[in-house]
Amino acid sequence: MTGWQTLFYKEVLRFWKVSFQTVAAPVLTAVLYLLIFGHVLEDHVKVYDSISYTAFLVPGLVMMSVLQNAFANSSSSLIQSKIMGSLVFVLLTPLSHWAWFVAYVGSSMVRGLVVGVGVFVVTFAFARPEFVAPLWILVFAMLGAGLLATLGLIAGLWADKFDQLAAFQNFVVVPMTFLSGVFYSIQSLPPFWQAVSHLNPFFYMIDGFRYGFFGQSDTSPWLSLTIVGVAWLGVSALAVHLLRIGYKIRN
Amino acid sequence: MPAVSFQAISKTFATPKGPFAALNQIHLDIQEGEFFGLLGPNGAGKTTLISILAGLARASSGRVLVQGSDVQTDFANARRKLGVVPQELVFDPFFNVRESLRIQSGYFGVKNNDAWIDELLENLGLADKAHANMRQLSGGMKRRVLVAQALVHKPPIIVLDEPTAGVDVELRQTLWHFVARLNKEGHTVLLTTHYLEEAEALCGRIAMLKAGRIVALNRTSDLLQAASGSMLQFKTDTALPPALAMVARVTGRIVQLPANDAAEIESHLAGLRVAGVDVHDMEIRRPDLEDVFLQVMSGTSASNIPLDNIASAAAPGRPKQGVVLSGGSEDTPVPSVGAPL
Repeated sequence: MTGWQTLFYKEVLRFWKVSFQTVAAPVLTAVLYLLIFGHVLEDHVKVYDSISYTAFLVPGLVMMSVLQNAFANSSSSLIQSKIMGSLVFVLLTPLSHWAWFVAYVGSSMVRGLVVGVGVFVVTFAFARPEFVAPLWILVFAMLGAGLLATLGLIAGLWADKFDQLAAFQNFVVVPMTFLSGVFYSIQSLPPFWQAVSHLNPFFYMIDGFRYGFFGQSDTSPWLSLTIVGVAWLGVSALAVHLLRIGYKIRN
Repeated sequence: MPAVSFQAISKTFATPKGPFAALNQIHLDIQEGEFFGLLGPNGAGKTTLISILAGLARASSGRVLVQGSDVQTDFANARRKLGVVPQELVFDPFFNVRESLRIQSGYFGVKNNDAWIDELLENLGLADKAHANMRQLSGGMKRRVLVAQALVHKPPIIVLDEPTAGVDVELRQTLWHFVARLNKEGHTVLLTTHYLEEAEALCGRIAMLKAGRIVALNRTSDLLQAASGSMLQFKTDTALPPALAMVARVTGRIVQLPANDAAEIESHLAGLRVAGVDVHDMEIRRPDLEDVFLQVMSGTSASNIPLDNIASAAAPGRPKQGVVLSGGSEDTPVPSVGAPL
C-alpha cells in the first residue's frame, strides 16, 4: 500500500474495530425512527399521492444516516487523535495534504455508506420503496457522504475540544438534516418555509436521493446535483487549503 | 553535506502578553554519523527546534535542511530521512503493537516490512507484546513502541526528544544499547535529554540552549576540559556557613563546591573547619557535564559571546576553532568573526 492507502485503511479499520458503536448503533436509531414515525404518521401524512409514508420515509432515513455518520467519522477521528496526541504519527510522515484529504474523506464516505446500506437492509423488512433510477441513488449517496465527510474534516481540524465539535454537530448538522425533508415533503410546508428549505443544501441531497427511488421529487434532480456538487467542490477546496497550511495541526 | 542544517532559525509565538521569541537565530549543523546532544532547561526551545525539524511547527524565519532537503519545500523527502521519537507518551488506542508498526511503515510507503518490524520488536524487548493492544501497555512499553515507530522506515537520522524521561533503568539501558548500535552502523542521532550523564556518555558533540539561543556548542570532551577548576564534593548533615552556602550546589546531603585552584580548595576547607561542619566522603573531582551545564545556564560562561561566534564552534571534520565557554578557561580563544556553518 502507498501512503494514502495506508491512512485510508487505518481510518476504515478504526471505525470497523468499534463497529457496534459506529455502525450498529446508528442503524438501530434509524430503524426506531422508522417504526415510531411510520406507525404514528402512516395514516395521517400523504406524500406524492401513491406512496406510503413509511416507504417515503425509508430513503430519507437512509440518507440522514449516511450524512450524519460521514460527518461523525472524519470529525471524531481527527479530534480524538488531536486531543490524544496520536495525530503526530501522521504529521511526521511524508503524506501530502491531498493524501490526508483522500484518506479521511474516503474512509468517512465508507462509514456513511456502510451505515446507509445497513439502515436500508433492515428497513427493507418494513417498507419496500421502488428503485426507479438507481444511478441517481448512487450519485447522491456518494455526493452527500463526500460533502459531509469533508465538512467533518473541517470541523475536526477547527475544533479544539469535544464541546466545540458537539456544538457543530448538534446545532448545525442535526438541525439541517432534520429540516431538509427527511420526515416530510417540503411541498406540505407553507410557502415561506418552502422557500427557506430551498436555502438548505441538505434538502437537495435528500430530495435528489429520493428521486432515485420514486422518480418524483420536490425539485429537479439536476438542480440538486448542481447545488450539491458545487457545495462539495467549495468545501473540498477549503478543506485541502486548511490541510495544506496545517491549520491548527502544525504550529 | 550535513545530516541536519539549521540555518538562522527563529520562532516567535504570539502570546496574550505580546510576541515571545522561543528561538532566536539558531545556526547549527549536525554532521553525518554524529551522536549529537541538545541540552537546555525546560522552555529553552529544544522541543520547538525539534518540532521545526520534524515539520510539526514552522519557523518564523530561517530554514532547516535534512540531507539537503528543505523541511518545508521538500517535506516528503526530508521526513523520509527522519525518525522522530516524540516527547509525549502518545499512542493510538485502536491498534495493537504490530498493527501500529505496520501502519506507520505504510505511511512511508514501505511494504512487506515484517522482518524489520520483528527485529525492532526483538531489540526493544517488545517481542511478546506484538499482539497486545496499545492501551494495555505500561508507560515504559509504550515508550519502546514510540521508538520502534520512529525507526520502522529505517531513517538515516534519528531524533529522540527526551526519550528516557520517566522510564526505568532497564529501558534506558536497552534503548541506549540499541541507539548506540544504530549510531555505529552509520545513523545520525540527535538527542535531547535532561539526564546529563547520558549526554556525557553518548554524545560526541553537544549544544546547550538557553532562552532560545545556543549558549555553548562543542565536542563533549572539549566542553568538559573547558570547565574551570575542580569540584570539592562531600556529604554533610550540618548547615554550611553563609559564604560557602552562596556558591555551593546542594542535593540532599551532597554538597558540591566549585574551586578554581588549590588555594580555593584550601579556603573552602578552612571555612568548613571554622564553622564546625561535619564532613563525610569528601572527594575532589573533575567537573562533569552537569557542572558545565550549570555554569553555562547560570550565565557565568558564554553569555557575553556574540551569537555568530557560538554558531561557528568546532564541528567534526573541521579545524577546531576553540571552545565556546568563554568564561571557563583562559586557553579557549573565541573567534572574533564567525560564519554560520
